[in-house]
Amino acid sequence: MVDDVFDEVGLKVENLHASYGAVEVLRGLNFEVASKGVSVILGANGAGKTTTLRAICNMCTTSGSVVLGDEDITRTGTAEIVRKGVAHVPQGRGTFPELSTMDNLMIGAYTRKDNEIRDDIDRWFEIFPRLSERRDQLAGSLSGGEQQMLAVARALMCRPRLLLLDEPSLGLAPLIIEDLFERFTTLNKETGLTMLIVEQNANLALEMADYGYVIESGEISLSGSADQLKNDPAVQEAYLGA
Amino acid sequence: MNWNFDVLPDFIFNGLSLGAIYGAVALALVLIFKATTLINFATGELAMLGAFLVYVLHMEQGIWLWLSMLIAMALSAGLGVLIERSLTRPFDPADHLPVVLITLGLFLIINAVAGDIWNYQVRILTNPFGKFPDWVPSVGGDRYVEVLGSRLKYQSIGIWVTLALALFLLGLILNRTKAGLAFRAVSSNTESARLVGVHTGRTLGFGWAIASAFGTLGAVLVAPQLGGVNPNMMATILIYALAGAALGGLDSLGGAVLGGILVGIIQAVFVTWGGVVVFGQLYMSILQLAAAFLVILIVLLFRPAGLFGTRRVERV
Repeated sequence: MVDDVFDEVGLKVENLHASYGAVEVLRGLNFEVASKGVSVILGANGAGKTTTLRAICNMCTTSGSVVLGDEDITRTGTAEIVRKGVAHVPQGRGTFPELSTMDNLMIGAYTRKDNEIRDDIDRWFEIFPRLSERRDQLAGSLSGGEQQMLAVARALMCRPRLLLLDEPSLGLAPLIIEDLFERFTTLNKETGLTMLIVEQNANLALEMADYGYVIESGEISLSGSADQLKNDPAVQEAYLGA
Repeated sequence: MNWNFDVLPDFIFNGLSLGAIYGAVALALVLIFKATTLINFATGELAMLGAFLVYVLHMEQGIWLWLSMLIAMALSAGLGVLIERSLTRPFDPADHLPVVLITLGLFLIINAVAGDIWNYQVRILTNPFGKFPDWVPSVGGDRYVEVLGSRLKYQSIGIWVTLALALFLLGLILNRTKAGLAFRAVSSNTESARLVGVHTGRTLGFGWAIASAFGTLGAVLVAPQLGGVNPNMMATILIYALAGAALGGLDSLGGAVLGGILVGIIQAVFVTWGGVVVFGQLYMSILQLAAAFLVILIVLLFRPAGLFGTRRVERV
């Protein structure tokens, strides 16, 4: 058992192992995500960051335990995990290129049965006016930044309580990344949405996060508050380029 | 050499109605290909089975033809769901070979079972568009109208109208319903579809259902042109449909229909009409099938994505 670091735990992962075929990628991860907080997982290429998020959503072979709030979701199917309130923006955005911007948002609300879906779409169009301008365009024709916005807006259409973001900065221009991360911060402050972000861009990620973990070869090698990590010599050397 | 242009419209009409059928079967192929990127070789045999269901319901049980068709389409759809669930879902979707082999196996099994039950002779099935209904004012004859000095058969008109209606309905289902949106999402990006809560297996089953129903409709409409139903009726039609699907683009629904129609026209006009002039009647059936393969070959060589398909860009 791991002692809870936070007052209120949004997600608790214990002894998580994951493998693709015979290759074991995660070798017993333990970490927690504070409810309503922003946590970040740092790590180099191939350390297991993406697999961690995939394992949480049960998209690969796993063992160990994943607890969302007070519910064990380790053996829950991916589609059902979404219904329990986990939204996942995969690496490479994962939009539906052959569907229009509008349809991308509509499918984001696939699990919902209420009648406020249109209102939510209007809200995201207000927040991301670029998407509104391109509502009838195919997602595949949007720029990288627009696609990332679309991917985030689509994930939020299911009204999640936990948002998983897999390298949202990948392939985007610095200005766009800054804008995007500002939006994440606002979102977290305004709605109290719990976030777990996996990033290589440690500077930005630690700027917005409350708490962070460093993952190396499928194991957590370091953890602490964002400020602690920022000042940690090992983190500075390996991830902050100091 | 006698270039008989008087009969050319006849061939065009013929090509358009055969082509529409190829389009329907091509659509059944593409519906499944779009979602899974695999070719269901059992498409034709499932359609043949559907046509035999209509035969049993209508010719043997005396149920109204159109009702028989609806029941057969519903049963085919159910069979499609069953096949998806039991024979394809257990396999890794990234590994195509096992599933393609399974559909090939189904092709042989369904054909053999049908042959065992109904043997291989052609059985007459009522033509849904044999002659114009009484309320249509007579222009020409009760089985055709005169257009450009040629006979446009009631059967051709019926096939076009029926398939146009079916296509319109399919468009509504895909573009205006939640299940349709889910199907398009799974076709576009299966993993992301799962991440928005779509049950991808059930959605693929839905695709199999629509595809099977469409195939059955195509088989029933083509039966009169073949003299009736028989277990081998769809074998060559599947090849023309494959040529149509390849021509239109294997992942484009509209392209499949258009590709099917084009193959029908190529077959009727260039091969049959042109061929009769050059080679005489004897070589026609051989030439027609060769033309279909030629279309597939040319498309694969020069435009692998087809006329309307999306070129796949692999990003790592």
